[in-house]
Amino acid sequence: MTAYIIRRLLLGVIILLLVTLLVFLAMRLLPGDPLMIFVSQFQTESFTPEQIEELRREFGLDRSLPMQYINWLGDILRGDMGKSIIMGQDVGYLISTRLPVTVYFGVMSFVVSAFLGVIFGVICALRRGKWLDSVVTVLANIGITVPAFWIGILLMYLFSLTLHWLPTSGYVAPTENLAQSLRAAIMPVICLSLFSVAALTRQTRSAMLEVVSQDYIRTAWAKGLRERVIVLRHTIKNAMIPVITILGLQVGLIFGGSVLIETVFNIPGMGRLLANSLFSHDYQIVQAGTLVIAVVVVLSNLIVDISYGWFDPRIRYG
Amino acid sequence: MSVLLDVKNLRTHFHTHRGLVKAVDGVSFHINEKEIVGLVGESGCGKSVSMLSVMQLIAIPPGKIVSGSAMFDGHDLLKYKPKGDEMRAIRGAKIAMIFQEPMTSLNPVLTIARQVTETLELHLKMDTQTARKRAVELLKLVGIPEAESRLDNYPHQFSGGMRQRVMIAIALSCNPKILIADEPTTAVDVTTQAQLLELMQEMVNRFNTSLVIVTHNLGVVARYADRIYVMYAGRIVESGLSEDIFLRPLHPYTIGLLKSVPQLGQTKSDRELVPISGLPPNLIDMPQNCAFLPRCSYHKERCRLEPWPELHAVGAQHYVSCYVDTRETS
Repeated sequence: MTAYIIRRLLLGVIILLLVTLLVFLAMRLLPGDPLMIFVSQFQTESFTPEQIEELRREFGLDRSLPMQYINWLGDILRGDMGKSIIMGQDVGYLISTRLPVTVYFGVMSFVVSAFLGVIFGVICALRRGKWLDSVVTVLANIGITVPAFWIGILLMYLFSLTLHWLPTSGYVAPTENLAQSLRAAIMPVICLSLFSVAALTRQTRSAMLEVVSQDYIRTAWAKGLRERVIVLRHTIKNAMIPVITILGLQVGLIFGGSVLIETVFNIPGMGRLLANSLFSHDYQIVQAGTLVIAVVVVLSNLIVDISYGWFDPRIRYG
Repeated sequence: MSVLLDVKNLRTHFHTHRGLVKAVDGVSFHINEKEIVGLVGESGCGKSVSMLSVMQLIAIPPGKIVSGSAMFDGHDLLKYKPKGDEMRAIRGAKIAMIFQEPMTSLNPVLTIARQVTETLELHLKMDTQTARKRAVELLKLVGIPEAESRLDNYPHQFSGGMRQRVMIAIALSCNPKILIADEPTTAVDVTTQAQLLELMQEMVNRFNTSLVIVTHNLGVVARYADRIYVMYAGRIVESGLSEDIFLRPLHPYTIGLLKSVPQLGQTKSDRELVPISGLPPNLIDMPQNCAFLPRCSYHKERCRLEPWPELHAVGAQHYVSCYVDTRETS
């Protein structure tokens, strides 16, 4: 088990290297120069070409691409994420203030997705072919296909502008005012978890139906067990094995979704920071931000793979 | 000898995309106390479905028990709701079942202990500790070595034969009146097969349980069964004591079955095995007359014109459904 985890972590490091390299190159391939964007912010002042070259040297952008990447990697290993070109602030500080906000919404969305997705899926499977199953299945298909930001805008229109029940956008720290914070979180969490709930519902439903037709479920019925015991003890644990895979994927999807949703709801999190930095070609922030997300995804995948063993005793790690 | 289970005129049909399948079409049988009964027939003849119907373990839909009664302890089991408390109090407690596939009949994610104790806790109201002790005893009884240490193993750590022993232990855990073994030895090798059958025989003798062996293997029933029902295309075509069936078979299908299996002590000249020609009928849109007719070498004009004959007595406990007296013809 320990050997397995160590091997997986080493593999994770390789994945992270590839991700950072890919993001690094992709940023350099985008047309546009971050310094030009930086310079264009100041309408009153004009920069001489010498000053711009000076800035270019300051940010190390005058060096060759391999050198830039190696320097950046070295800084990261020393715990230095660099300095934002556009905002001029320390990237580590920026991420440390924005990440908790995204994690706050992300964790809530993840818990909501896991809980609702599994429950809906189980109910659908138990009521297979009944109207409830049909309704939820149709809703799940809609949930998978509609864009979350569009739903976000519709929700805003309905609950904020028309009914005035919820604030349109913004973020209140839970430490500041929990009730306000949760109220403001309702719509973003719905948007962030919509796809995940739908995907998990579908996966849970099909996994449950698969398990229900297994021989050991017939054995359980032949023992005279209650339906509740058969579902809870004999069926769900078996059905969870494929569901866990999908659940693990949601961590990455929710983080990815936060880029859109935080922009729509004007939430000062990692997602919006990344989106803005992407538009302004703020290399350091995009590179460090994607690295943080990649670390979270790699670790969550590892947790998923380890948790298989808890659900399925046949799985051995070696 | 008193009758424990009396099934009358059972009909179980399945609605499929291609039409109505009359898997069991008017089957009557009974199980006496402390008796070993064999239910024999080809794959798909409805023998398993008959037993699952009695336990109300048929998936509804597509299945449906159309008619019939199954009297047990003065009550008709088929009147109970399939998921209701009364039916559940019978299953596993009064009538227990062992299934064909030992590799898939135990839940892969639950320990053997959990799977053995749950019937004890449910039907005998044992507490966890007592149930665990009893589980060890049961596993020892069915011949699982080092039962204590294997209690917390998972099914995948057991071989097929061992898993079937666990199934037998679970089935016998609440001391049922009837044990239904649905093809219990089909999926294990021949040596294990014999061991399991010996074990089941020993167990039902010890627990005074009646045993129903559902099988396509005549050799299995020849050795163990007191009485035999032969099924074909959803009906019972012949029934009788083992001697009747093996020494004085009357239905052309039974005769065909016996000719197609090797027997010890045959002389060289008649060692040749004669298969039954043709295939079992498609159970969708069955003709009114005898379903065995297309494969029957004894058939007469009457078989073609008249409906499938009812079972009629030819001996004290010997019944056959055939218009032809095969004794005359041969």
